[in-house]
Amino acid sequence: MFHAPDFTQLSAQISATTQEDVEQALASSHLSTDNLAALLSSAAEPYLQQMAQNASTITQTRFGRTTQLYAPIYLSNYCTNRCAYCGFSADNIFKRKCLTLDEAEKEAMILHDRGFQHILLVSGEAENAVDVEYMEAIARRLRDKFAAVSIEIQPMSTEDYHRLFLAGITAVAVYQETYDRDLYKTVHLSGKKSDYDYRLETPARAAESGMREVGIGALLGLADWRAEGLAIGYHLAWLRKKFWSTSFTVSFPRMRPAAGEFEPLQIVSEQNLSQLIFALRLFDQDVGLIVSTREEARYRDGMLGLGPTRYSAGSCTAPGGYSDSSHEGEQFSVGDHRSLEEVCAAIRAKGFDPVYKDWDSEFQAESL
Amino acid sequence: MLTIAGTEFSSRLFLGTGKFSSSAVMAEAIEASQCQMITVALRRVDLENPDDDIMSTLGKREYTFLPNTSGARDAKEAIRLAKLARAASGTSWLKLEVTPDPRTLLPDPVETLIATEELVKEGFIVLPYMNADPILALKLQDVGAAAVMPLGSPIGTNQGVLTEAMIEIIIEQAHVPVVVDAGIGAPSHAAYAMEMGADAVLVNTAISVAGDPVVMAAAFAKAVEAGRSAFEAGLGQSVKQASASSPESGKLSTDLGFLA
Repeated sequence: MFHAPDFTQLSAQISATTQEDVEQALASSHLSTDNLAALLSSAAEPYLQQMAQNASTITQTRFGRTTQLYAPIYLSNYCTNRCAYCGFSADNIFKRKCLTLDEAEKEAMILHDRGFQHILLVSGEAENAVDVEYMEAIARRLRDKFAAVSIEIQPMSTEDYHRLFLAGITAVAVYQETYDRDLYKTVHLSGKKSDYDYRLETPARAAESGMREVGIGALLGLADWRAEGLAIGYHLAWLRKKFWSTSFTVSFPRMRPAAGEFEPLQIVSEQNLSQLIFALRLFDQDVGLIVSTREEARYRDGMLGLGPTRYSAGSCTAPGGYSDSSHEGEQFSVGDHRSLEEVCAAIRAKGFDPVYKDWDSEFQAESL
Repeated sequence: MLTIAGTEFSSRLFLGTGKFSSSAVMAEAIEASQCQMITVALRRVDLENPDDDIMSTLGKREYTFLPNTSGARDAKEAIRLAKLARAASGTSWLKLEVTPDPRTLLPDPVETLIATEELVKEGFIVLPYMNADPILALKLQDVGAAAVMPLGSPIGTNQGVLTEAMIEIIIEQAHVPVVVDAGIGAPSHAAYAMEMGADAVLVNTAISVAGDPVVMAAAFAKAVEAGRSAFEAGLGQSVKQASASSPESGKLSTDLGFLA
């Protein structure tokens, strides 16, 4: 299993790097984790322009002048975890909702009719509301209507992931939230999610189950973002070695205003986020990098082609929110409120091709 | 004239379509390249949707549509996708790609051979993407591949023909056309592959991600043509040392009269 390096050591490794280390990292074609540490450091800040240029060249060479698009569907906001930062936390009092299969399909078809071919099914972590049978049933209903169906739900066993893979789920995203073991304990107050190691081992279980793509990430705003970036690098490199036939993505959820009174413990600026994205792009040329509608339109437009490869668009983060605009119970409020058409127009205006379809459900047809 | 499976091609430049900034730019680049064989990833298009952006753009010109199985991890997936593509598009042409490592997208020799054999039996015209392995090229040819497509260097790297020693052997041995695919990063690389005797080259990234893809497409067309002409004209041998016309200084000391 993957052993996350001690978080304070990661911070120390980063702060020990010098401008010479940064220059050496920028001159390397295959970056080590030491190189990544240098690019994440404050010593790298004067080199941000060069990092952006290198990241842009790599991203466009590897992924073309394209940006992939997807939209999330929130299935349920029931949650048995108490997480200090999250709008779905069991402590927050609001009207909870879990979509029926018909409601979920209705939401999906709204996105389908808008042109989406890739959807991400999201839920709070409550097995009594959203379990493997429920997910399996949804996957079977949607698999022929979309090119790709990903999930971001509670961690599951390898066996359950395999069941969902056979039902047509393509990808699993599960974020560690923070790789800082001590802080993890203090913000995950109770519930299954409070088990750091079980969560950390989840991407490997998903990859082992046959999933084509596995997404990892950290919630930015909890611990030192530089050390989170390095931890992600170590995790990614470990996963790459062990699961060479799986595609990997990294997401960069930056804390947004949410229900509850939690204030971010760390301020992560747009410049910090950009440095993190550039550093990971230079570290791993082929990893998919996802920027969601948590970020504002202006920022997302500015980052096109510089590192990110996939954007969400037209997102609503409350269950049933596409069918009923008077919804409540969002996980967080989005920063980019544009419709899919508006996002696509901005992508085209920047000289990129918005890509709706980059997968095919037929790859998994055999398992029907 | 290049002939593959009975179809003649006056252009020896094949184009990939995955990375263009828009379908309009892709269409212009195709026009400028004068290419007649265009490969499209099945994962990127919806063959059943008449409004599909890429397919409706391509539909306006004459070319051989070469669907590819990009994303397939094994022979079974590639075969399934190929059959669906044929059912939806009516074409039997197929660029077979079996690439289990999504990072390097290097072709799996074992699964590629299995899929080629099966698809040929099913009546497909199979052009397998393969590593530059001469024995594999022969085996693919033996099971009925219509051409072989060895890589010049890892896909998307623009490194040129790094596998030249192996490609030379493949060209020498193969009786089906040899199309150098992947890694061709500059017109000079394409010209070089053609000078070596490759029957065609397939280019994607170097054109689609160029500063001006349309001008670059035209540059590749010229390079491929020049390289082919040079091959047909017969290149002079290159030698490591200069040879003097009257080699007095290096004269051998011998009693043999005929060397005196």
